[in-house]
Amino acid sequence: MAGLSTQIAIVAYHQSDCVAHAGAANEVELIMPQLRAVFDQVGLANAQDVDFVCSGSCDYLQGAAFAFVAGVDALGAVPPIRESHVEMDAAWALYEAVLKIRMGHARSALVYGFGKSSTGELPTVLSQQLDPYYLAPLWVDTVSLAAMQARLLLDRQLITERDMAAVVSRSRKNAMANPHAQLSGEISVDELLEAESLVAPLRKSDCSPVADGAAAVIICTVEQARQWRVPYALISGIDHRIETHNLGMRDLTDSVSTRQSACSAGYRDGPLDVAELYAPFSHQEIILSRALSLDAGTCINPSGGVLAGNLMMASGLARIGEVFNRVVTGEARRGLAHATSGPCLQHNLVAVLESA
Amino acid sequence: MAELAAVVGIGQTRYMTKRGDVSIAGLVREAAVNALRDADLGWDDVEAVIIGKAPDMFEGVVMPEAYLCDALGCNGKPMLRVHTAGSVGGSTALVAASHVQSGTFKRVLTVTFEKQSESNAMWALSTPQPFAVHLNAGAGGYFAPIIREYMRRSQAPYDVGMKVAVKDRLHGARNPLSHLQKPDITLREVEESFMLWDPIRFLEACPSSDGACAMVIASADLVAQSPKPPAWIRGVAMRTEPTMYAGREEVNPQAGRDCAADVYRQAAISDPRRDLDCAEVYVPFSWYEPMWLENLGFAGEGEGWKLTVAGATSLDEGGDIPWNPSGGVLCSNPIGASGMIRFAEAARQVRGDAGAHQVEGARLALGHAYGGGAQFFAMWVVGADKP
Repeated sequence: MAGLSTQIAIVAYHQSDCVAHAGAANEVELIMPQLRAVFDQVGLANAQDVDFVCSGSCDYLQGAAFAFVAGVDALGAVPPIRESHVEMDAAWALYEAVLKIRMGHARSALVYGFGKSSTGELPTVLSQQLDPYYLAPLWVDTVSLAAMQARLLLDRQLITERDMAAVVSRSRKNAMANPHAQLSGEISVDELLEAESLVAPLRKSDCSPVADGAAAVIICTVEQARQWRVPYALISGIDHRIETHNLGMRDLTDSVSTRQSACSAGYRDGPLDVAELYAPFSHQEIILSRALSLDAGTCINPSGGVLAGNLMMASGLARIGEVFNRVVTGEARRGLAHATSGPCLQHNLVAVLESA
Repeated sequence: MAELAAVVGIGQTRYMTKRGDVSIAGLVREAAVNALRDADLGWDDVEAVIIGKAPDMFEGVVMPEAYLCDALGCNGKPMLRVHTAGSVGGSTALVAASHVQSGTFKRVLTVTFEKQSESNAMWALSTPQPFAVHLNAGAGGYFAPIIREYMRRSQAPYDVGMKVAVKDRLHGARNPLSHLQKPDITLREVEESFMLWDPIRFLEACPSSDGACAMVIASADLVAQSPKPPAWIRGVAMRTEPTMYAGREEVNPQAGRDCAADVYRQAAISDPRRDLDCAEVYVPFSWYEPMWLENLGFAGEGEGWKLTVAGATSLDEGGDIPWNPSGGVLCSNPIGASGMIRFAEAARQVRGDAGAHQVEGARLALGHAYGGGAQFFAMWVVGADKP
């Protein structure tokens, strides 16, 4: 019986390596290896074996209207399939797929996200996401906006530059165990602080690297997961909220919508062993973990997070996938995955995953 | 089984070449306010906003929902942005409906728009891509050969497309929101209009419009809180196939046939021409009416044009199955909203609220949208009767 009470599970996840430039690879070539990997994890032949497919991408990254249409060629959609697309990070595609399963129109869904940011200058491209009349004409890029946000935190003495560097140092160290990471290694806080600023107060290391690539997830009802005889993690809650676009009307040192989403997703109903936070800038990880009041009992970004590799339009989905991996292997019993979109954490999604 | 849901409010803007008097935010807000007013509700009465539009390049704003959040009263709420090419208006309505049909939300607002005067859609559709064949043709150039193939196969008379062009403009003249207002249009005028993409003449093509369309969708227990009759959602379906593959049937795409069969099954429709009272179908080029009449099962293969010629789809000729009583895409085409306008106009018909283009006694109606290379389909069936 479908409905809000339908238990939905994640059964497969895979992501590509985060690479600065995928060369001549097109959308299909970025997507297909990830799809093959998740199909193989479950034992499926292709997208015909799931009831619904939903993807997330952004035309402007590729510089093409309908960039996602090419992605359909990766699906083997003959005969035709039930398919949809969001112009958002694929974490929101997963959200749409959850609704589809809850309404009883699907028992399983393939979700994927992809981006090829190397074709343009991502921070500048994303400046055109701002209010087109008052802000976009100023071409304020995402790094500069994030720098202003970090400056607010520093000026109010909510953080220090050492705190930011500590986030980066831990990210790089954790990423040593992540085969898909773009940046990893042992680097101390002092070494990081020696570097000059990129856009003060941000150093280059405070900003996530830009990566080309894709990620894919398969979700389904618990009954379907049992029929497939595959290990799974339960999605015990998922919600997302957006805040005002007007940066002057938000407290940029907090993330209210992350907290709202997390509360609605029931994140306080038990201890969190792990949290994967989509923080493209080091200070944003601190904002997010404080907004959620995460304590030492929660391991934050064990994958290294997006500071170690940021698959635009797929990184949110990848956060969910990273938590899934840890729950399924028994490394964690319960975890939180977070995705963000828009300037300075405007729009946030939280999913809570639990072991079956 | 999905939770029961219904359309309880509909709002549109007037459609025209250029809405220079409003910003993009002003445009979407106008439609949203009209929908809330129609439902006798306020901003706080909707729990989420689902927004759709065609490619961001049409206005030059990347993921504009981030900026439109404030205009749509969305602070602190979930906001989802759908993009499925030209079918997006329909898909957005379906994704919005799924918010309620899943039992997750009680009432949502959905809005689609295009402000095509901000940019040049023809350019946006024709940006060359690395590693891909460049179609420097826009939509008309893409569909013209497919139409020509339909004409060859069906041996349809030369003037069927012109007849659709006249019929939909006469319908549009009954609709005060319609972009094109051509109450005196004649077959001869269409025939003499210049050839754009042979065989598509200027007056056989859709205009380029600014405009927005919005709906409020509510769960069954909240329907009574809005004063007007609801349009009950009786079936929802989407289908996708690739743009190109060996043996693809482009004139009568499998994805369209499958999507129709799915939505008819849900709504217990066995003969669409008999069971439905009217249809709002995405016809951006005149010949797509006879083609979709066949694809959607209103006529057998090669027979669709006969319904058009007989006046079966015309309000003015008293046809038994009026198609696009609002004037359709041939009269108004803010691309990202065009699909939702079809869905909303179908709902207006079964609510008995379609004004001068009301199909008398309409109880069951089809809303249809398609996009890409006629490869993305979205459809719903709405009814006056609670299922």
